[in-house]
Amino acid sequence: MNAENTDLRVRGAPLLQIRDLRIEGFSDDRWHPIVRGIDLELHRGEVLGLIGESGAGKSTLGLVAMGYAKPGCRITGGSVTFDGQDLLAMKEDERRLLRGARIAYVAQSASASFNPAHRLLDQTIETAVTHGLLGRKQASLRAIGMFEKLRLPGAGAIGLRFPHQVSGGQLQRAMTAMAMECRPDLIIFDEPTTALDVTTQVEVLASMREVVREFNTAAIYISHDLAVVAQMADRIMVLRHGKTVEEAPARRMLAEPAEDYTRSLWSVRALAQPERSDTEICLKIDNLVTGYGKSAKVIDDISIELQRGRTLAIVGESGSGKSTLAQVISGMLPAWSGKMTFEGRPLPSGFRSRPRDLLRRIQMIYQSPDTALNPRHSVAETIGRPLEFYLGLKGAAKQRRIKELLDMIEMGSGYLDRLPGELSGGQKQRICIARALAAKPELVICDEVTSALDQLVQSGILKLLSSLQAELGISYLFITHDIATVRAIADHVVVMNQGKVVEQGPKSVVLEPPHQPYTDLLLSSVPEMDPDWLTRVLKSRRATPDAAS
Amino acid sequence: MNDATTPAGAGANAAPASARNLRPLLRTGLQRLALGFVTLFIVSIIIFLSIEALPGDFAQSMLGRSAAADTVEAYRLMLGLDRPVFERYLSWAAGAVQGDFGMSLTSRPGSIRAVNDMIGPRLYNTFFLAAMTALIAVPLAVLLGILTALYRGSWFDRLINGSTLMAISVPEFFIAYILCYIVISKDMFAFGQLAQILPQWANDGIIWLLSFVPKLPTLAVINESTSFGERVWKLILPALTLTLVITAHMMRMTRAVLINVLASSYVEMARLKGLSKTRVVLCHALPNAWAPIATVIAFNLAYLIVGVVVVEVVFVYPGIGQLMVDAVRTRDIPVVQACTLIFAATYIILNLIADCVAIITNPRLLYPR
Repeated sequence: MNAENTDLRVRGAPLLQIRDLRIEGFSDDRWHPIVRGIDLELHRGEVLGLIGESGAGKSTLGLVAMGYAKPGCRITGGSVTFDGQDLLAMKEDERRLLRGARIAYVAQSASASFNPAHRLLDQTIETAVTHGLLGRKQASLRAIGMFEKLRLPGAGAIGLRFPHQVSGGQLQRAMTAMAMECRPDLIIFDEPTTALDVTTQVEVLASMREVVREFNTAAIYISHDLAVVAQMADRIMVLRHGKTVEEAPARRMLAEPAEDYTRSLWSVRALAQPERSDTEICLKIDNLVTGYGKSAKVIDDISIELQRGRTLAIVGESGSGKSTLAQVISGMLPAWSGKMTFEGRPLPSGFRSRPRDLLRRIQMIYQSPDTALNPRHSVAETIGRPLEFYLGLKGAAKQRRIKELLDMIEMGSGYLDRLPGELSGGQKQRICIARALAAKPELVICDEVTSALDQLVQSGILKLLSSLQAELGISYLFITHDIATVRAIADHVVVMNQGKVVEQGPKSVVLEPPHQPYTDLLLSSVPEMDPDWLTRVLKSRRATPDAAS
Repeated sequence: MNDATTPAGAGANAAPASARNLRPLLRTGLQRLALGFVTLFIVSIIIFLSIEALPGDFAQSMLGRSAAADTVEAYRLMLGLDRPVFERYLSWAAGAVQGDFGMSLTSRPGSIRAVNDMIGPRLYNTFFLAAMTALIAVPLAVLLGILTALYRGSWFDRLINGSTLMAISVPEFFIAYILCYIVISKDMFAFGQLAQILPQWANDGIIWLLSFVPKLPTLAVINESTSFGERVWKLILPALTLTLVITAHMMRMTRAVLINVLASSYVEMARLKGLSKTRVVLCHALPNAWAPIATVIAFNLAYLIVGVVVVEVVFVYPGIGQLMVDAVRTRDIPVVQACTLIFAATYIILNLIADCVAIITNPRLLYPR
């Protein structure tokens, strides 16, 4: 197998060839272009990285490589040739026999893409058995072998579990095993690690790369994260608005990107907030313990401090209790024990025991602006509501203030009557920021406010938050799992793991070595803009096996 | 139903942990059963009190306006109506728990009629009709639901949706009469008013079509001596009427749930795995859709037992609905109470079954992490 690896770039006829592809999507009662004339070539054993913002058409393109258009999409032009066969001219039944067998798919969210009603093994071998490629027993053995290769714990028995019984990282590996079951020529990886924590992502990436290389499978790896793509791909293609921006071998793309747009894709990483001087304490939390129900303890004895006009970043993986902490501070979840002090006065636990003025002083901005805005309320209504509720503004005074706020978030009064459905993701998040600012808060809790947004939009939002802080002197409690975001905005950092504080202090101290072991694991798991990063990390972890879990 | 919910081959794998896996099912089942008994108890009180609250009194209405006051009083005493409400409820409830609903108030000295004897055969008749309807309607509704979900937006979808919607929008007795009319027209159409108006070719066409309609009985009069086959034959029209009434609801639910499930990521994944359309629907979509479908089916089956009195009247079928209406008219309170209690129990049991289906078809509940 390894000998074949060196022949990777022998240029025969390409395995997949896409010519001048055009795809349209249906929304708002009309068809409009999603993919506008893309050419793509992929050879056997080659991994192509597709990168771009949401809406760039990368997932659509990935699916077309399987001859599949999502419901509501239509292919209006171009050709897709797989191994000499025209995928678009085929009958549906012929395409069906290729799918799963010769072209396989690994979806973004494994937990949503595994059928909750069936066991993992049954789903893994389904295509091989129903297409008559393998017998049931043979297929099961092969699947178990692949589980082992992907380092799934208890490979022999894990297939008997249902999807809800295994973790997200394990599911993603199981899905890779499912894709590899028929030993396909081509695998489409559609953002396979986006939903995973960074520490899990490293291991999943490593095992995916290993099997793809071992079986000399060609792959299209779709992601919005250039650093991740760089670990997987031989060649990278940048997409924007359904067109190719540029295409180059991975190393050259990172070293010398030709287009400004490509460079802007890692613009968040370029932001860095210099650490500012200490001020008085705004929020102080001592020995906080809380959880859900009576017994599910989520936060275990946490003490943190936030300074006025400064940003405290809370970093941790999913399940570390960071969002729960936000809920306790905002009063949505009562504390079991512990003390909270806000601007020198005790902060009652639970919003019911807080007077309205205290509620006004602490505001929240949420992760997903799509669900945080009432889809039936216009921008003016959304921002006007807290003005009325907290400050008693009415009529012209209210309208004036709404316009002021819209100016503050750099949007202008043209958006007054828009509904959330008519705004982009970044604009929606700006409206959420304006809604929080409307109450004239002293503390704003930002819960993963940038993680649902594209890189470029992220840096815009982070810049806005920084300048608003400088202007208004607000304190931010900034919850995130992304280290680049921490570098961009924080003064102080708290690292959380399993409901406990692992490490805290000024950014310069926490983010620079020496680290606590968990902080080290977290920081070293953040993909870097270096194609050798994954190899390096794995090597150092294999050397100290206890660090990798 | 269960067969479709277990993936092929999973059954064998399930063996080692099966005893543990049944525990949540058992626990929830028992929990719901206990809750059902509480509900039944509360319902029995409500029934008793609301009948108590009815104006007038049985003795008076039974004996007529001209009856002497002391005769009425004596009759009341004989029926035990002088005892306090609480005491009467207790003795009635005690009987009901043992399956004895007491004597009908229409009993005469010498011909005592136990409520059980009155209800028994009627209940059997009702169940017979309900079962027959369910056997036609449930598979039909689920099948139509699947097909309309699969071919959403097609003319077939619109036709089925439109016609089933029409069927529930029309009162059930009207459907019953229309069906009867069609059967009767088989012999009578040529002599009717309509035939005079229509042109000859239309008449010929209609008569030709009607010749395919079997000569179904439009009356469902039966008694103990009616044979099974004859019973089925006589119940075809009522069963068809009820099928038309309940199919729409079940079908639309099946369709709505399936459309939801068909839009999910795991169904798209199944398609991308190259599985056939049939397999995607039967093995990947349907197993995740049973819970809400079962609830609606349970609701409609309950209706088949509780709410079919109009259809019974149209076809002169001796079911429990007619019995209850008669009992209300004659103020035969023990019979009314017994019927109401049976109806309540029907709802509770069917919902319990639907809950169990929901648990069995959801591995998240059956197999904890």
